[in-house]
Amino acid sequence: MTIDAAFLKSIPYFSVMSPAELDANKQLFTEKTVQRGEVILMEGELSDTLYFVAAGAVKVFKTSAQGKEQILSIARPGEALNDIPVFDGKPNPVNAQALGPVTLYSLKKEKLQAIMQQYPQVALNTSKVLAERMRQLVTLVEDLSFRHVLGRVTKILLNHSSDGAGANDHLTQQEMAAMAGTAREVVARSLKTLEEQGFIRIDRHRIVITNKKSLEEIVAESG
Amino acid sequence: MVEMPKINQEKCNLCGLCVSVCKCGAIVLIQDKITIIETEDCHWCTTCEAVCPTGAVTCSFEIVIDEEK
Repeated sequence: MTIDAAFLKSIPYFSVMSPAELDANKQLFTEKTVQRGEVILMEGELSDTLYFVAAGAVKVFKTSAQGKEQILSIARPGEALNDIPVFDGKPNPVNAQALGPVTLYSLKKEKLQAIMQQYPQVALNTSKVLAERMRQLVTLVEDLSFRHVLGRVTKILLNHSSDGAGANDHLTQQEMAAMAGTAREVVARSLKTLEEQGFIRIDRHRIVITNKKSLEEIVAESG
Repeated sequence: MVEMPKINQEKCNLCGLCVSVCKCGAIVLIQDKITIIETEDCHWCTTCEAVCPTGAVTCSFEIVIDEEK
């Protein structure tokens, strides 16, 4: 197990530190590997250690009392998983689960604070990371709170649907998100909502509209 | 022929995240190139698209109307 100082440089928190400074501090980090599906963090737990993704991808999500899952983000290499509870000392507000084999670098809270005291620029970078995360979450809250996004996604489905005659349009969730001016996670939630209401059926790579009239009503109501 | 996710090799930065998250082993790295293997085990979870940092992986949906069923 060797902590890669060059990789630490790619973590936004530490990008301002020189290779020599990172090399001198790399022993403060610990490497941990987790398997696909393993829950790394659970909502409600306290965190005294900050985890960074070093390899692989991690799903950061919340689950409702009814078991509905809302993905907040996908954390990729360089991103921190639990800076909120580490900084405010309160329980973790989210769950984190490995989407495949994942390598994590962990750093104890007191060691992070020591680095910040020694290298104040790290604290400034951290504020920037937290501000970016807050901006992303505010946008997500806005899109999930107001019905117009469901209407926009529904309209896209209707505009790009066909009855099987001629060439059909193909759209990814990413493309639908760009067209609706929202995040991919919100498109996924919208499709799930429409499927639960029985208006569409997701059949592997096909979105089958089973109740066109209801979809048209959603569009009309959101207009 | 089974419809499979697509890779845009020009956008791909070979980070390997799609390979690491694919549950059915349909995405593999062969000679420095991400390659998709056709398999009916792919259930179109679209996680490969979700994790791709460069938008190189796409899982597109065909949108059809079928009010019979």
